[in-house]
Amino acid sequence: MDCPEVISSIKKSLPDFSALAVSQHYPDEIFIKVSPEAFKDTSMVLHKILPSPVMMLFAVDERKLTGVFTLNAVFVNLKQRQWIILNMDIPQENPYFDSLAKSIHSAAIFEREIQEMFGIQPKGNPDLRRMNLHDEVWPQGNFPLRNDFKGMVNGNLSEYKFNRVEGGGIFEVPVGPVHAGIIGPGHFRFSVAGEPIVNLELRLGFAHRGVEKLFEGKTCFDALRLSECICGDSAFAYSVAFATAAEKISGISIPQKAAYLRGIYLELERMYNHVSDIGGIALDVGFSFPAAYASVIKETILQLNEKLTASRYLKNVNVIGGVSGDIDDAKKLILFDALKKIKKDFNALVKMLNSSVSFMDRVDTTGVLIKKTAQDLGVVGLVARASGIPTDLRKYFPGVYSQAKFKMMTQEAGDVLSRLELRFSEFVESCRLIEEFTIKLSGSRDMQVNSVLKQESALGYVEGARGPVLCWLKTDAHGVIARCKLVDPSSHNWQGLSYAVLGNIIPDFPVCNKSFNLSYSGNDL
Amino acid sequence: MIYLLKNRILKGIVTKHIVASPAKEIESVGRELKSLIQKRFSRSLHIREVDTGSCGACESEIISANNPIYDLQRFGVNFVASPRHADALLVTGPVSRNMLLALKKTYQAMPEPKFVITCGDCALDGGLFKGSYYVHGAVKNILPVALHIPGCPPSPLDIIQALLKFLHGNEFVC
Repeated sequence: MDCPEVISSIKKSLPDFSALAVSQHYPDEIFIKVSPEAFKDTSMVLHKILPSPVMMLFAVDERKLTGVFTLNAVFVNLKQRQWIILNMDIPQENPYFDSLAKSIHSAAIFEREIQEMFGIQPKGNPDLRRMNLHDEVWPQGNFPLRNDFKGMVNGNLSEYKFNRVEGGGIFEVPVGPVHAGIIGPGHFRFSVAGEPIVNLELRLGFAHRGVEKLFEGKTCFDALRLSECICGDSAFAYSVAFATAAEKISGISIPQKAAYLRGIYLELERMYNHVSDIGGIALDVGFSFPAAYASVIKETILQLNEKLTASRYLKNVNVIGGVSGDIDDAKKLILFDALKKIKKDFNALVKMLNSSVSFMDRVDTTGVLIKKTAQDLGVVGLVARASGIPTDLRKYFPGVYSQAKFKMMTQEAGDVLSRLELRFSEFVESCRLIEEFTIKLSGSRDMQVNSVLKQESALGYVEGARGPVLCWLKTDAHGVIARCKLVDPSSHNWQGLSYAVLGNIIPDFPVCNKSFNLSYSGNDL
Repeated sequence: MIYLLKNRILKGIVTKHIVASPAKEIESVGRELKSLIQKRFSRSLHIREVDTGSCGACESEIISANNPIYDLQRFGVNFVASPRHADALLVTGPVSRNMLLALKKTYQAMPEPKFVITCGDCALDGGLFKGSYYVHGAVKNILPVALHIPGCPPSPLDIIQALLKFLHGNEFVC
C-alpha cells in the first residue's frame, strides 16, 4: 500500500480528513502529519481499519529547532507489512493533546508516560498517576525527557494512590517490590474476596534507570552497547531493533549472511527464554524435576551461545551494518551437535510434563486471557498468539524467515496451558529455523558494511522472545542520537496479566505470572 | 512416574566439579571480616537477593548458579525468601531511585551479623547507567559492601568461585 491508498482508506471512514504532510522515506514506513484537531479521530480510524493497537505513542522535544513538541502514534498494518506513523505538533506553551485512552486502551500507559516525562497533558485521560518517576522520590515539575532538563530540582513529594476495592470480606495483599524469588522488582496489590482475586493492581517502574535519556547525545555506535543492557534476557533482540533503525537511517542493507546470523542468534535467544519459562511454570506448581531438567537445557543453550559468540547472552555480537562474529564450519558442527542434544532433552521434557495429570490440572484453564480482552487491551507477542490473535513480526515482516518457510503458531484458549504449549511448538520451530539458516550460511564473506549516519528518523523492530521489540530513533546532523524511544512487549502485556489472574487464587499467581514472563527492566526502562 | 524415574536415572549426575582457583585474590574483604565470616558462616551461608534495577542478566546467572550443573547449594550456600533468614545481601543493579528505600529496608530487616555482596558492573559504580538522572550508582555509597563480583553479567562459575573464596579463604579446594 502506498501513501495515497492509506489516505483514501482513512477518507472512507473520515470524509473530511486532510493530512498536512504525507511521506514515505522507507518502503515499510508511512509518515502522516495531521493537525492537532484531527489527530484523535485519525488515530481511532487507523486503530479500527488496520486493525492495530497503538504500538507506540511518544513525544519528541523539538522546541530548539521548530519551537514545538511533536507527538507520534505508531500503528502496524500487518497485512500490508507497513508501519504508519501519525504525527502532530504540540505548542510549547501549555502543552496538551486530546487523550486517546478512553477509546483505545493501548494508548493509556503511553499517555501517562508522556505526562510524567514531558509534562504534556493528555486531556481526558482518567488515570494520570505517574508510573516510572515515583511520587515518593521524584518531586513534581521535573520532566527529565525535555531537552532543557538539567537535573532534579527539589520540590513537593507526594504519595501514590492505589485503586482500592472496598466492601465486606475484602482483603488486600501487598507483594513486593522485593520478591521471594530471584526476579526483578515490582509491586503487586491483590484484593481478594475469600480465595479468588477480584482485583490486581500493578505498580511498576522500580527498575527505571532513565535509559531513554542516556541514549541522547551518544553516537549510534556507542549506544548499541547500551541497548544490549536494557533487558538482559532480550539483549540480542534489543540490539537488532536498535541496529535496524540505525541502518535504515544510514540507508544501508546488511549482507545476506549477516541477516542469517542475526536470525540464528535471535532464535537461540528465543529458545533459552522459552525453555527457562517452561521450567519456571513447572517450578511454580512445585514440579521440580522437570524444572531442573529445563534449567539444564537452558544452560546447554547458554554454553552454546558462549562457544559461538564468546558471550552467554549474545552481547557484543551485533554491530551496525552487520554481525561481528562468524559461524564457520567448525562452529557449525558444534551448533548441530548441540541442537541434536537439545532436541532430545527437550522432547523428554515435554513428555514428562504432558504425562503428569496433576501438572496438567494446575495449568489447564488457569489464568485465562480471552481473545476479546486481549484485543481490547492491545496485547502483543507470545501472549497474544496464545489467546488466538495471529500476530508475529517474523511472519508479517519476514526478511530471511521467508526463505526458511516460517510457520506462525497460535493457540486459542489463552490459559497457562496454551502459553506453555505455544512455547513447546515455538521452541521446536526455532530449532528448525536455526538448522535452515545454518545450512544457508554460505557464499559472501562480508558480514558487515560501513555506515554513515545522517539526520533522519526511523523505526527498528524485531520479534523478540516475548514479542515485538520496537525502537524509534532520531539522529541529528552529526549522527548523534536526539531521541530514542524503546517499547518492550511487556509494556503492552502487563495489563493483560492483571486481567488474566481475576478469579484465580493467589497461589496460582506465580504460575500465571511466569506463563506471561514479562520483563521488569524492559517495561520500566 | 516411571518415565520420570527412567529419565532421572538415564540423565545421571550432570553436576560439574568446581575448584576455587587460588590465582585470583579477592581484595575487597577486610581481614577482620574475613575471620568473622570463616568462623561464623564457613559451613553455610544464606543469601537474600535484591534487584535494584538490573537488566535481569545477573539474576539469570544467579539462578543458573543454582541449576544442577553448577549446584551452588552443595557448598552450603542457599538463597532464601526473606531478609530475616539471610546472612548476606546480594545486590544487583545500579540502584534506581525507586529502589533505594526498599534496599535500605531489606538490609535493616536482616539480623546481625550481616554483610553485603554486590554482583555485576552496574552495582559497582552504575556501569553503563552511570550519570543517569534516576540512578544512585555505587551500592558501596549506600551500604557497607564486603565483596564485589565483577562481570556483565558474571558467569555462574565466577559467582560461585567468588563466593567460595570469600567464605573459605584461598586454601579452600573442593
